[in-house]
Amino acid sequence: MISFFIKRLLLLIPVFLAVSLLIFMIVHLVPGDPIDNLVQNNSSPEQKAALAAKYGLDKPLYQQYAIWLGNALTGDLGDAIILRRPVADLIAQNLPHSLSLGALALLFSTVVGITAGALAAIYKDSWTDRLTMTLILLGSTVPGFWLGLLLIMLFAVQLGWFPVSGARSWDALVLPVLTIGLGGVALVARVTRVAMMETARKDFVMMLHAKGVPPWRIELRHVLRHALLPVVTILSLRIGWILGGAVTVEFVFARPGLGSLLITSLNQRDYPVVQGALLMLAVAVMLGTLLGDIVQAAMDPRVRERIK
Amino acid sequence: MALLSVQGISVAIGALCPLEGVTFDIDKGEILGLVGESGSGKSLTAMCVMGLLPRIGGTITKGSIAFDGRELIGLPEIELRRLRGKRIALISQNPMTSLDPIIRIGAQIDQVSILHLGLSATTAKARSLDLIAQLRIPEPEAIHRAYPHQLSGGMKQRIIIAMALAADPDLIVADEPTTALDVTIQAQIIQIMVELVRDRGLALMLITHDMGVVAQACDRVVVLYAGRVAEMNGIGEIFAEPKHPYTRELIRCIPRLGQEPGSLKGIPGVVPSIVDYPDGCRFNPRCSNAQALCRDEAPALEPKSSGLAACHFSEV
Repeated sequence: MISFFIKRLLLLIPVFLAVSLLIFMIVHLVPGDPIDNLVQNNSSPEQKAALAAKYGLDKPLYQQYAIWLGNALTGDLGDAIILRRPVADLIAQNLPHSLSLGALALLFSTVVGITAGALAAIYKDSWTDRLTMTLILLGSTVPGFWLGLLLIMLFAVQLGWFPVSGARSWDALVLPVLTIGLGGVALVARVTRVAMMETARKDFVMMLHAKGVPPWRIELRHVLRHALLPVVTILSLRIGWILGGAVTVEFVFARPGLGSLLITSLNQRDYPVVQGALLMLAVAVMLGTLLGDIVQAAMDPRVRERIK
Repeated sequence: MALLSVQGISVAIGALCPLEGVTFDIDKGEILGLVGESGSGKSLTAMCVMGLLPRIGGTITKGSIAFDGRELIGLPEIELRRLRGKRIALISQNPMTSLDPIIRIGAQIDQVSILHLGLSATTAKARSLDLIAQLRIPEPEAIHRAYPHQLSGGMKQRIIIAMALAADPDLIVADEPTTALDVTIQAQIIQIMVELVRDRGLALMLITHDMGVVAQACDRVVVLYAGRVAEMNGIGEIFAEPKHPYTRELIRCIPRLGQEPGSLKGIPGVVPSIVDYPDGCRFNPRCSNAQALCRDEAPALEPKSSGLAACHFSEV
């Protein structure tokens, strides 16, 4: 198990390098120049060049990349050009907001999604199943930012149950978590339902019935347990989606966080911040898949066997 | 009184009627062979006896199944569940897929005695280890901890037999227990199973298409053909003096040592399809003795000089 963990970590190194290169390239290929945002419109080309030299923007791209990556590996993500602070500080300040939002959205997707999917599978073709499936269809087709606006209109503006925006108190998390999490609920519920119905047709389930095991026990202890294997895979891939969703949703709810930071910086062409934030997101996605693999190995002895 | 008495059961799955008037009984301590080609309704009969027919979308439309004097048809599911695994146990056809792949072998055997005998986890484990050893599996402790994918097919089938014995049932239904296994271990598994069943005085309903297995293990035989009973008799009588032409053909199909090369032939024709059973005796298109009567009228299962057979011309 430990050798598996180390092997998977080592495999992340080439992925990390490729992703960092990609992030660097994308950011620098986007038209626009951060220097333009720093200087007055009537600044002379000499003033601009001096500023560019100050931030290392006059060097060839490959050199800029090497310097950035080298520093990033030591934890130094450079200084923000517009915000004039170390990027690492900005990220450290915003990350907890994004993490609590992401973790809660993931938890919400998991718990509600699995429960809904399991109920739909157990009471297949009943009204429970049909209602769940309809909600799932809605949940997976409605875009997050639009859903967010609707939720704000209903629960914040009309009913006044939750704050419209910000992150000053815990109840400000409810609507953003719902907005990001509902799509996940739909996905998890759908995967759980199908996986349970597929497992229920297997020979060993018939054997369990032949052993006289009560049906609810078969569903929960055996069928659901099998259905959770694909759900874990989906969830580990979903981490990236949730973080991506957080970008727009943080913006809609005017919450601090990595997403808001990213969008603001992107509009100002603040390269170091954009690069740093994207790199953090990429690392989070990589760690998410790693976590998924580990959970899967813990749950399925056949996976453990394959690793050996 | 017979331990299990199946009287004239007919089964419907949708518009199809795969079983018609199947009748047989099993006494305590008796091994009954249920023989027939694929599609003859053997496994379906097992499902009826286990009370699992609704799980595959079938219903019993006629007849009665009495176990230990109690009618099983119409019994509430919760009552059936108390019989399943406790008094009637199943040994399934495919050991490779019949164990839960992500649960340890031991836990799957323990489950039965914990559920039906109310044993504690420790006593259940001791009992399972004892059973594993009785099935001549080396290192019971290691096997108890193992997962199904770490075991061979033969080992898995022994585990399934252990599972079937775990709650001391009165009747075991074994549905082609060796079909999925290598020929080399088939005989071994049958031998161990029969030995354990005889030692404990249990009744066994052994479903097979292999007349060799029947000869090796059974006291009595029921021959099924296209969803109906063709013949039923004691093991000696059926081999010495088969009453139904289908039984005769089945016996003729057993390969024998010193047989002329090329002389082993199958039964001509094919098993009729369930959607298109022939009128009259369902064996008539393949029977060398078929007369006009056979095509018009289905023969009833009647007492012959010994046993029962469903053939108009069994005595000629």
